[in-house]
Amino acid sequence: MAVETLTQKPPGPLLSFWLAFRENRGAVIGLAIVCFVVFIAVFANFLAPYNPLEQYRDFTKLPPIWAEGGNWAHPLGTDPLGRDMLSRILYGSRISLFIGLSVMLVSAVVGVSLGLLAAFWGGMVDVIIIRVMDLIMAIPSLVLAILIIAVIGPNLTNTIIAVTIVYLPRYVRLVRASALSELSKDYVVAARVAGVGPWRLMIKTVLPNCMAPLIVQAALGISDAILEAAGLGFLGLGAQPPMPEWGSMLADSKDLITSHPWVMALPGMAILITVLAINLMGDGLRDALDPRLRKS
Amino acid sequence: MFRFLLKRAALTIPTFIALMFVTFTMIRLVPGDPIEVRRGERGISPERLTELRHEMGLDQPIWKQFIDYVWGLLHGDFGTSIISKTPVAQEFLTLFPATLELTICAMLFAIVLGIPAGVIAAAKRGGIYDQSLMGAALTGYSMPIFWWGLMLILLMSNTLHLTPVSGRIDLVKYYFQPVTGFMLIDSIVSGQRGAFLDVVRHLILPTIVLGTVPLAVFARMTRSSMLEVLEEDYVRTARAKGLSAFRVIGFHALRNALIPVVTVVGLQTGTLLAGAVLTETIFSWPGVGKWLIESIGRRDYPALQGGIMLIASMVIILNLLIDLLYGLINPRIRHGR
Amino acid sequence: MKSTKLLGLSLLMSTMLAVGVANAKSLVYCSEGSPENFTPAINTTGTSLDAARPVYNKLVQFTPGTTTVVPALAESYAISDDGKVITFKLRPGIKVHSGVNGFTPSRDLTAEDVIWSFERQLKPDHPYAKVSAGSYDYFNDMGMPDLLASIEKGADDLTVVMTLKEPNAPIMANLAMDFATIHSAEYASYLTAKGTPEQFDQIPVGTGSFQFVDYQKDAVIRFKAFAEGWAGKPKVDDLIYAITPDATARYAKLKANECQVMIAPNPADLADMAKNADVQLIQQAGLNIGYLSMNALKPPFDKAEVRQAVNMAIDKAAIIKEIYQDAGQPARNPLPPTIWSYDESTKDYEYNPDKAKEMLAAAGVTSLDTDLWWMPVQRPYNPNAKRMAEMMQADLAKVGINATLVSYEWGEYRKRLQAGEHQMGLLGWTGDNGDPDNFLFLLSCGADGTPAGQNIAKWCNADFNAKLLEARKITDQAARTKIYGEMQAIFKAEAPWMTVAHSTVFEPIRKEVSGYKVSPLGAHEFQDVDVAE
Repeated sequence: MAVETLTQKPPGPLLSFWLAFRENRGAVIGLAIVCFVVFIAVFANFLAPYNPLEQYRDFTKLPPIWAEGGNWAHPLGTDPLGRDMLSRILYGSRISLFIGLSVMLVSAVVGVSLGLLAAFWGGMVDVIIIRVMDLIMAIPSLVLAILIIAVIGPNLTNTIIAVTIVYLPRYVRLVRASALSELSKDYVVAARVAGVGPWRLMIKTVLPNCMAPLIVQAALGISDAILEAAGLGFLGLGAQPPMPEWGSMLADSKDLITSHPWVMALPGMAILITVLAINLMGDGLRDALDPRLRKS
Repeated sequence: MFRFLLKRAALTIPTFIALMFVTFTMIRLVPGDPIEVRRGERGISPERLTELRHEMGLDQPIWKQFIDYVWGLLHGDFGTSIISKTPVAQEFLTLFPATLELTICAMLFAIVLGIPAGVIAAAKRGGIYDQSLMGAALTGYSMPIFWWGLMLILLMSNTLHLTPVSGRIDLVKYYFQPVTGFMLIDSIVSGQRGAFLDVVRHLILPTIVLGTVPLAVFARMTRSSMLEVLEEDYVRTARAKGLSAFRVIGFHALRNALIPVVTVVGLQTGTLLAGAVLTETIFSWPGVGKWLIESIGRRDYPALQGGIMLIASMVIILNLLIDLLYGLINPRIRHGR
Repeated sequence: MKSTKLLGLSLLMSTMLAVGVANAKSLVYCSEGSPENFTPAINTTGTSLDAARPVYNKLVQFTPGTTTVVPALAESYAISDDGKVITFKLRPGIKVHSGVNGFTPSRDLTAEDVIWSFERQLKPDHPYAKVSAGSYDYFNDMGMPDLLASIEKGADDLTVVMTLKEPNAPIMANLAMDFATIHSAEYASYLTAKGTPEQFDQIPVGTGSFQFVDYQKDAVIRFKAFAEGWAGKPKVDDLIYAITPDATARYAKLKANECQVMIAPNPADLADMAKNADVQLIQQAGLNIGYLSMNALKPPFDKAEVRQAVNMAIDKAAIIKEIYQDAGQPARNPLPPTIWSYDESTKDYEYNPDKAKEMLAAAGVTSLDTDLWWMPVQRPYNPNAKRMAEMMQADLAKVGINATLVSYEWGEYRKRLQAGEHQMGLLGWTGDNGDPDNFLFLLSCGADGTPAGQNIAKWCNADFNAKLLEARKITDQAARTKIYGEMQAIFKAEAPWMTVAHSTVFEPIRKEVSGYKVSPLGAHEFQDVDVAE
């Protein structure tokens, strides 16, 4: 809506995007938090007061400073092995963002390729790709992810693989649908008639026109991937010890829920804040890039 | 319409076959062995293992096992659990009501709160209600539900002692045979005083936890759908004719705005039926999701296989029904792809 | 599956409850999981054995809370001079449960039932041998098929004669184990006639203090008192197992008096339980050991000095404090101290990382990349293997050993350990019957000097092994004690394991409960338990 009022002089695409994005206050806050989390992840080794793996055995299960018995040496307290919670959470941002970004990148690249392939080739290729995607979607996502991890073994890379497979259909379907609708448009038909090759048509003509929904999907895909990976970590199938992954930190301290709830509460809070910020930003992206998509 | 139905149904058949094949192979690729798992520290002698594997038919070539399995399926036999030795379908049916009951409650919770929240947000667009409601919805949407569940247990059960931590009913005070498997109904049928309320108490936390994400989805969906409808000509006309805002929003706009919401409700129900895994694990809810996860841990191939097949079938059928329903509401869909 | 009789019974019970007749005393036990079935002989998990125990009896049994063997269904027994023939005399008039699954017994328990119960496990052509795809794991593990020559009726219906192929010192302790449960042969033939033999293992009928009422998977098992039982009427009328897999939930229920006895508390909650006035926290030194084994077939762990250095590098005191919440004893020997022949004189390796480093250097190891395996499950001897492995990893890093943490799904984990894929691996053992052999055999080797599967240290010592076999054939306890003492000395010097701890078993019970004893064998028994109103 905001875009409509800015019609005197058409601004550049980036600027107009930013102007539209800026309209959404939540999105700007989200962006700020995301930048902050990225900053933490990049500079965790300078920001963290301690090595996240160092065990201070004389200071186990310290509560955070605002609770009774807190100690300024460990602002967010320590876990049962005496590791500094603040340092672990700061380092954890690296892992979560890494999972989110890798899943997003891999599934976007593979999804775009498969989606374009299905749209351009049609016929059997299309049918097979679409059936396989239907299949993936018919199995409960978490159960499928767990099965995949059971087959290939639990570790960080395999978490990424499993979550990527689970999220692949979204990209494939999105790209296929937009590509199909683009393909039927006059300019594409014209380009074809003019003798533009299928590859060039695919990459240079059709793909850029599917970019807007794809970017939105990718942004939201990061947060979904972080949640799904944390869920796997919670079931003990994600990152392996002693890696400070938020989901598995939470799972490892389940037994402390009554006696030392902070150890469990803090990593969850970190997940929530990160995911919420990415979603806020994603909403803003969607509104700015493609007002038609507001629906979902 | 009938042809559309047939066509859609026929399209699911290859999916079913592929599903059967993929789950079957994948499950057998999982390292580990149902016999070994149960033996703990004690272990088992290689001879005895061979003998047991033979008895269970696990030493047959995979393709033979697969054919046997498909043959059984065609005769309505989903196999027998290796661990409990009961037929998988029977086991599924005793656990499924628990999952269904929880899912229905969570959906009702999400619909009852989510749709009005969306309507209010749309009506007061840009205002403080809109912003706070949508902020809350996005928070719900971003919630790691396992953490949310544990936090609610911590607050409601461990600190305030308002709700029980897990299970479906206080087993000491109330005792009745399952009739329908739905505790809400069974507790009334049993005629025991307080039983129904106790079941409700047990349902509160799992319902909230499972309903949080759909609640957020419905609220957001309703709002955007409402906004779109409110822009349309007939609504403007109705407003111009001087109908009250309540009537406009309540009758004219809402009815049309709900069409896409109905689809999402259906899709979310499918996700919940299948996706209650984490919620069931946290609350020790004896449902299908928890059973599937445990079956992976126990390497109970038939249970896992049958469970996934049954769940996936339900998701596929549900999606089919949504398509049909949508086709009925919106004739344009029937003809396009 | 449920008979009308059962339904009628439950309706009756529910009406009683609804009217609020508070005369019936119930005891609720918060258990850990669903049983696989109700026949102990085809089970190996504690959860399943616990679920069947109220219903059944054995010829002899362990006195609750101890490993002392006392007569049960057999009022007496006599062992022949050559140690090969054992004659059991059954108590007269032992009543079998009536009304469960529509079955009414026509007679009391006799020798026929005892013979039936053993032969089901012994003879592959027994009519029930293959029911429930039965695999009689304990029976086989205790060497019964090779040991048992025959089991026959004696002079009268109440006399059973068991003949062994060779004398065996621990046989009576073995017969007190759950696999030796006595079933009703009449119930078996009743089910055969009905055409539903598989119900035998699902709906149990026995002679125990409680009879089976109902089981709902993942929810509840119900029993009611069997007043005509040979041991007399139990103190409570209803016994209920509330299946609650989550330890936090169990404790919440205990606090709310929704259950009165609970299994396996979170170590982290023990402090709170000790403070809670409504809860008695009872404890018993567990008959178990948790250890870190080092694979002697994989260099550098083939060198005793390296294994000793690992023993010195790990801060055992910190592990006991954090993992066991100070509720375990540091382990010195491969046996727990509650077992006879435990060597009090053994001196444990001191925690000394500097010395460990020196020893490693002397053995030619300056930096070592290795692995450390941890099991994915909570066990009685190790409440949190993952956390323990993380602590060991940090300690080992300080002496230059970089261990990668490895884990597999539980069955796979043990299988791979037995195959010797690991370099260092956590495991442990819970005793079955209180005999030292039941622990020391874990380090046994075959006649050809290859380690047995259980021996995950893959450590073979000819001297140690010879002594193990020698002690088995002797019945004199003093002579055996001496041999076992020597074996413990060899073990300590060779250090194939780093012995971690013997955990203390804690069981929180409500203050209203009396007469409950924690079993060192991990059993849960309720016949003598009472609940104050």
